[in-house]
Amino acid sequence: MTATTYPFTPGFYSGDRPEIVTSRFKYEDSYSLERYLTTDGYKGLQAALAKTPTEVHDEVRGATVLGRGGAGFPAGTKWGLMPPNVYPRYLVVNGDESEPGTYKDRLLMERDPHQLIEGCLIACYAAGLSQCFLYIRGEMALAQERVALALNEAYAAGYIGKNILGSSFSVDIVLHWGAGAYVVGEETALIESLEGNRGMPRLKPPYFPAAIGLYGKPTIVNNVETLANLPWLLCNGMAEYVKVGTETSPGTRMVAVSGHVNRPGVFEIVNGTTTFRDLIYGEDFCNGIRNGNELKAFVPGGGSAPWFTPEQLDLPFEGRLVGAAGSMLGSGAIMVMDHTTDIPAAALTLTRFYAHESCGKCAPCREGGTWLMRVLERVVAGHGTDRDLDQLFEVGETICPGAFPHASSEKLGLAAVPFPYKMTTICFVGPSAYAPVHSALTLFRDEFEARVVRRRTIPVTAGVGQ
Amino acid sequence: MTIEEPIVDPNAVGLFINGQAVTARKGDLIIKAAEDNGEFIPRFCYHERMSSVGMCRMCLVEVDTGRGPQLIPSCMFPVAPDMKVFTDSPTSKAAQEGVLELLLAQHPLDCPVCDKGGECPLQDQAFTHGPGESRYVEEKRHYEKPIPISDLVFLDRERCVLCDRCTRFADEVAGDALIHFTHRGNLTQINTFPDEPFASYFSGNTVQICPVGALTASPYRFKARPWDLAEAESTCTTCSVGCRVAVQSSRDEIVRYQGVDSDPVNWGWLCDRGRFNFQSVNSEQRLAAPQILTATGHATGSWNAALATTAQLITDALAAGGPESIALLGGARGTNEDAFAWARLAHDVIGTPNVSAQLVDGLPVGVLALNRATIDEAASAATIILLAPDLKDELPVLYLRLRDAVQAKRSRIIELTAKESGLTRHAWRTSFYEPGTQADAVAALLADDAAMAQIGRGDVVVVVGRANLAESSAPTIAALNALLAALPNAKVLPALRRGNVVGATQVGLRPGAGGLDSKGILNAAANGKIECLILLGADPLSDVPDADLARRALAGARRIISIDTFMSESSKLAHVVLPAAGYAEKDGTTTNLEGRVTRVAQKVTPVGTSRPDWMVATEIAARLGTDLGFSTDADVTSAIAEHVDGYEQLTVAHLSEHPDGVVALAPHIDATNPPAVTLGDRNAYDYRLIVSRTLYDSATMTAHSPALATLAPGIAVHVNPLDVSRIGASVGDDVKVTSAKATIVLPLAADTRVQRGTAWVPFNQPSSATNQARIGDLIDADASVTDIRIETL
Repeated sequence: MTATTYPFTPGFYSGDRPEIVTSRFKYEDSYSLERYLTTDGYKGLQAALAKTPTEVHDEVRGATVLGRGGAGFPAGTKWGLMPPNVYPRYLVVNGDESEPGTYKDRLLMERDPHQLIEGCLIACYAAGLSQCFLYIRGEMALAQERVALALNEAYAAGYIGKNILGSSFSVDIVLHWGAGAYVVGEETALIESLEGNRGMPRLKPPYFPAAIGLYGKPTIVNNVETLANLPWLLCNGMAEYVKVGTETSPGTRMVAVSGHVNRPGVFEIVNGTTTFRDLIYGEDFCNGIRNGNELKAFVPGGGSAPWFTPEQLDLPFEGRLVGAAGSMLGSGAIMVMDHTTDIPAAALTLTRFYAHESCGKCAPCREGGTWLMRVLERVVAGHGTDRDLDQLFEVGETICPGAFPHASSEKLGLAAVPFPYKMTTICFVGPSAYAPVHSALTLFRDEFEARVVRRRTIPVTAGVGQ
Repeated sequence: MTIEEPIVDPNAVGLFINGQAVTARKGDLIIKAAEDNGEFIPRFCYHERMSSVGMCRMCLVEVDTGRGPQLIPSCMFPVAPDMKVFTDSPTSKAAQEGVLELLLAQHPLDCPVCDKGGECPLQDQAFTHGPGESRYVEEKRHYEKPIPISDLVFLDRERCVLCDRCTRFADEVAGDALIHFTHRGNLTQINTFPDEPFASYFSGNTVQICPVGALTASPYRFKARPWDLAEAESTCTTCSVGCRVAVQSSRDEIVRYQGVDSDPVNWGWLCDRGRFNFQSVNSEQRLAAPQILTATGHATGSWNAALATTAQLITDALAAGGPESIALLGGARGTNEDAFAWARLAHDVIGTPNVSAQLVDGLPVGVLALNRATIDEAASAATIILLAPDLKDELPVLYLRLRDAVQAKRSRIIELTAKESGLTRHAWRTSFYEPGTQADAVAALLADDAAMAQIGRGDVVVVVGRANLAESSAPTIAALNALLAALPNAKVLPALRRGNVVGATQVGLRPGAGGLDSKGILNAAANGKIECLILLGADPLSDVPDADLARRALAGARRIISIDTFMSESSKLAHVVLPAAGYAEKDGTTTNLEGRVTRVAQKVTPVGTSRPDWMVATEIAARLGTDLGFSTDADVTSAIAEHVDGYEQLTVAHLSEHPDGVVALAPHIDATNPPAVTLGDRNAYDYRLIVSRTLYDSATMTAHSPALATLAPGIAVHVNPLDVSRIGASVGDDVKVTSAKATIVLPLAADTRVQRGTAWVPFNQPSSATNQARIGDLIDADASVTDIRIETL
């Protein structure tokens, strides 16, 4: 067990586990080209260039590299969705990691930028992409600096640019620094932002980026971690890759744990087999809850995911199982709450984030998110009424009509509703504002009721046109 | 017996709306297909003339395409075969009610003091599709209200539902993306960039399409309530595009024009000049009674006295110089009926051939007889060749249509211009010429392989107009003739600017056999050969580019009769001034630049004792001993249908059935080619002068509309920034501008739109206390071009 810490960056904890994307994290100068080359750097690219693009594509498809951004869509399949013979086509790297609780891509960009660059090059080669745009979130100054440095080094060394490594393969990588908006993590909003427009999502269909994306051309948007997997995959081959993890979720996965655990930080875990219990209580991982406290609830996949309770601790990191249980693995952020947690306040914190980060495009998210926040603020401050608690559901219903996924459905005698849910908005920011409210209020309604100190009913008379 | 094969429409799509089998067109959006079939889906952001954004979420309906019903925004999805749409299922209704409650959550509900109250889509749909009451008890958001975002438009951010209509209009339709969203989340708002107002020529349209009362226009604010408005559909005659408008009045006073969606013409859009110059109709300075010149100046007289004086003036002129000594200028401001009655009076009763509806600022009337294109044909031609003034300034809605043709990738524009115009950035190719050398530019174009390949790709429409008032029409006509000789199949859209100049010319206000055109009339008057000059809504002192010629003509004419709505500079010199009924004060028809004849409608009572021009002509004819036989405007309309070539079908009944108008056939007018272009040596005159109009100037109606009067940019001599230092002065300094005729002092301005070696001066700008210079003093109507010298004082 070694812990490597750097100033200003979150902790990373390695262990006796396979290291696919974090193998260089243990070095002080892991971000330099020199270190990268001495640790099998750009070998994956050489291996890829020795094959035809189709072979590389098949290898990635065969290895079922799942997207690590949130939706968990296989990268190889995504590349195959582009219409044939439409050029140019672009790769956009989604480095706008801003889901609450998530900070894994940040480490990948800060500590191993060359691995990401190599992944980009392999993806461009395999999918026949003409240019790559690296979009890094505005707040990640160090990541931006290190990636810029690495790009310059790689250009100078001939890994990017014209006729890479003497082959006929040429590609350019453009670094773009975002302005700090959560919604830009949504791929179509990211493309809008990259084009210089206000970062607002486009409606899909008909504009799936694979068909009509950046500048109206076919575009692949991949997460940083997804691409960081490719160099190892190409070096060691598909067979080695699928040996790690399970059949449906091969490889490893980076998770960022925050909250009331003894050792919060980033871990690379084996996909599909590691359980939440392993992660939270394992000595190699978070090493239990602080002060030996009781676990009350945890968020399994970033702030937008419906919450889990200790009942779901034995679920493995497997997208389908977590989805069937009423939540999602999402961006790999686990937020742990112990028994001292003030649940209404926790829900408010998350909802406030989404209300603030709404881009303002869809009315339900823009108005509904803020409405939820306002009501919650009142409840947390002790000025709420019984009616307010029902109203939270009613407002949420206008964002997500119909049944909502939730962790204890079966216990409550309800059919489990898998993610994703129905929604009246274009993207998931709207439903995300409701998810913490719904989970908290369903699982811990007694805590809310205890807050509603003045139990009286305000007559609602503010009618339309009155 | 033969069995007819059923005709299968390849573009028909069968689907089910609320269980009813209906047919829609392929590509139709669900929201439109439903509306066409009688099911109204509520909406705020959707607008038929703009792209869909799916922003307000109001039009969410359940749609089943075989995978179970899903909630989708119906403004974003086209119909598909066998699609099942449920506009009133419980889920659809719940979604719509939910969205409406959310939109109303932050809305101030200040309907009693809101101009939109009563015609507000938010209000209406809150009743038809809303939940009926709100559960929102939190404090609403507050903004300063309202804030001016331009000289004409105010924004109330509290009322805004962020539907993206105004911003989309500004960006997609007008091309002036000066308003946009700022901030985010619940604080998202529409605003301009700081210190960059929404100074668009089309800003009034955003007020009209705003689905709430967030945008209001200063001329209408708090003037009326919608339920007090009476409305008549009419056609705007401010310029010759002929946009359809709804004229709305309250208590016999016009308070607003709204654009009407006329598919062949304006698509519902209006320019701000046309939209807001209704203020001039209500102006207190309108001429309300006849004025007769006496020894002590003009005195108000009765119509009887004024008409007697008028008849006497004409009789005296006939006695002194015969019919040829009488001339008529103008007529473009009125209706076809006005023009026809006056043409009958001038040609048939008086017997003079000296009649012109133009004021030395147009083109020879022969261009109207060319193979004329309609606006639709121009906006769908593969190639549009511009040999025209800046359409954004002169014919703004035609600019919108041509811009749309380029944006939709239907057309490419080849622009030949002396100065960068509003369409330059949309043009596929722009070639700049030095004024007077248009024919060379055409020759270069015809010799260019790439340009000819483009021209060969399909229909060609040439938009031709008088781009430069400081040059004669000869260079433009020479270029047009060269173009048409090489492209005989090209159609021509005449971009003549004055309201009804095409109609007036076509129904008879044009030179008769051997008659003088407008320049000829003014020259004859200046030489003392005109005994009586009739100014039919014409103000030569303001409108004729050659100011010296106009002054000499009015001084040289022995008798002047003016029929006008205001006491213009020229009217002040008239022996008798007859007050004319203005726009919206008379019924009739008008003809736009493509020859489309539409109805104009009376909405309010004429001011004072003013009368329609046709009535005045009929009265004068009667006093001269001829009964024209007109008792009502409909009589004149029928007479036009009877007597004017190309207008045979245009009876009152026929026009009532076709609110979008009917295109009159082009008349037979002999082309009279102007003299050849002569370009002398430049000598020390370093700059060639371009004089053209801006949308806002001191034209009669604009100057008398308080909202627009201050928007004129003002007179200045604009040169390319690189030429500023060559002059030795700085921007803003007064400089001496000298032509062969005169010297005036103007402020110097730098303008990147102006090419080097040329100088641009906007025409007919209001004079200020410090500068009363008139650019017309420099212009010689007889010269092909005007060269000037710019020097420091």
